[in-house]
Amino acid sequence: MAEKKTILEVKDLQTTFFTDSGQVPAVDHIDFHLKEGEILGIVGESGCGKSVTSLSIMGLVPHPPGKIVGGEILYGGVNLIEKKEQDMRKIRGNDIAMIFQEPMTSLNPLFTIGNQMTEAIRIHERKLSKKEIEQKAIDMLKMVGLPRATELMKEYPHQLSGGMRQRVMIAMALVCNPKILIADEPTTALDVTIQAQILNLMKDLNERLHTAILLITHDLGVVADVCERVIVMYAGQIIEEASTETLFDQPQHPYTKGLIQSVPDLREKRDRLYSIPGNVPRPGTIKQGCRFAARCEFAFERCRVENPDLYATSDAHRTRCFLYDGEGVEINGRESVAKS
Amino acid sequence: MAENPLLKVEGLKKYFPIKKGPLGRVAGHVKAVDDVSFQVMEGETLGIVGESGCGKSTTGKLLMRLLSPTDGTIEFDGKDMTSLTNDEMRKVRRDIQMVFQDPYASLNPRHSIAKILEEPLIVHGIASRKERKEKVKEFLEVVGLSSYHAKRFPHQFSGGQRQRIGIARALMTNPKLIIADEPVSALDVSIQAQVLNLMQDLQKEFKLTYIFIAHDLSVVRHISDRVGVMYLGKLVEIADSEKLYEEPLHPYTQALLSAVPIPDPHYKNEQIIIQGDIPNPADPPSGCPFHTRCPFKMEICTKVTPSLDEKRSGHSVACHLYNDQAGNDIKQLEGSV
Repeated sequence: MAEKKTILEVKDLQTTFFTDSGQVPAVDHIDFHLKEGEILGIVGESGCGKSVTSLSIMGLVPHPPGKIVGGEILYGGVNLIEKKEQDMRKIRGNDIAMIFQEPMTSLNPLFTIGNQMTEAIRIHERKLSKKEIEQKAIDMLKMVGLPRATELMKEYPHQLSGGMRQRVMIAMALVCNPKILIADEPTTALDVTIQAQILNLMKDLNERLHTAILLITHDLGVVADVCERVIVMYAGQIIEEASTETLFDQPQHPYTKGLIQSVPDLREKRDRLYSIPGNVPRPGTIKQGCRFAARCEFAFERCRVENPDLYATSDAHRTRCFLYDGEGVEINGRESVAKS
Repeated sequence: MAENPLLKVEGLKKYFPIKKGPLGRVAGHVKAVDDVSFQVMEGETLGIVGESGCGKSTTGKLLMRLLSPTDGTIEFDGKDMTSLTNDEMRKVRRDIQMVFQDPYASLNPRHSIAKILEEPLIVHGIASRKERKEKVKEFLEVVGLSSYHAKRFPHQFSGGQRQRIGIARALMTNPKLIIADEPVSALDVSIQAQVLNLMQDLQKEFKLTYIFIAHDLSVVRHISDRVGVMYLGKLVEIADSEKLYEEPLHPYTQALLSAVPIPDPHYKNEQIIIQGDIPNPADPPSGCPFHTRCPFKMEICTKVTPSLDEKRSGHSVACHLYNDQAGNDIKQLEGSV
């Protein structure tokens, strides 16, 4: 496959929430890019900033209290942060669309599926006639595998099951043929058999329509199943980035390693699970040193004082850990780092 | 492991009436739990899995008698619990405790941890005031917290710590059986592992019997000795966890297991994607509840509800595929084993 073009680039993004008890940097200097037609995963635990990242890209950070205080989000060479709300509206849906975790709360219970499906088309493609708009909506519903699409247009969200609602959400998001789909925990509220259906649908649509997908999840199984590349976030920062295979085969950051080991495996029973000690920190509570130092079994002096950079350990692999800082290549390199 | 069953459930049913119209006419029933039977041995962990609406949580509540069953018997430690009065039941609850899913909702935000942990002891009239204080401190340490946490309030703890408090509260009365309803599903992955390990340690230390209700199949495999799979209010398969995961018999179990995403990008399994959704429990399909989605549906499945029978040693399944009458190919199947 030829080298794919980058369509979205996030540079040094900082999103801070200004609360009564002080400033909380929910997203703290993150950089990443999304290539055309790829599926990129962002994983992390609650409060790591993965959802705020996606809201920042969409320009939907609730303000106040939240605000993007620095960085750039480049889409097609244009910085989305500097866009006016009016212009952002044209981009949302047309170029970048988003689906959310809870399909019940993101559909309006008072309007029919047809009404909500056609709304997006009416706003973004004004030239079409009423008939054409309707037909387009029905085609889209069929595309996401919904049976009896025509009747469905007249039904209300409460008449559908969770899986069907999520399919409707995906149909709505894709109806204007966006280049990027941001999916924030799209299957978390669904049962496993339905989750498998939705993930397959997303993979299938990605292949057919070449929509790039930014998939935000806490489930490593989902990542391994659908993503090509993964970003691991912890306490507002990217701590590791690699291709999915590399990340699972040779995880570098102690947090990533711990996370992978602490998931029980369906295929074999282990006597005891590995567990990362301590708690997931609340955003903004750790101000000095590596965010993970307090829970890290390899932490040394430098980790408590200085926050490591995101070191490129190979072409497409980046890790935010002093163990991989130039001088100390392997874990044994710990001493050499400490000396320097 | 002892051989006598601590809990014996026979033909358990719970039907919720659907009321319609201004006078509350009963228009039908939701069969939340429909003729479920199983046993739990002393010291073992029985996992119950299933998707939303399958009746696993209702089963848990019935066992605690937080709901009274429509029909069936629950025998705990030789006593039939369904015939006890509320007063007598309260005494039995000393031996059966529950851990809930949401550690945010199951702790009273206005009570200190000491008060929360002490309450079961007061209710059951165990120990003097001084002994109670000692016991609170002791059990906080047992679950990996510190005795100084007793003065704090629930909002001062993280989700994982709150679940530890929930577990400590369940342990206070020194129960024999703990029913844990989705105890780790609200927790982050790294915290989930801590709580699972804690539960395993406590089981050894206090010789506990667990009923572990969850939707996460990997978690259930990790913690359970035996596993039961529920679908639309019925137990469709129950077996030793090893057997169930290595060689699932029921088509639903097979589909369920194949649908779980495995955290390993090299792992390519043949996913059985079952079509459609779970049918409405108020209007369940005739015959086998799974026949509307089953890839191996036969004539008989739409008419006759299969019974849960032991088809292999220690492995029971409710499916016509494993019945002799259903056809010769089934015999072949059994012959090959």
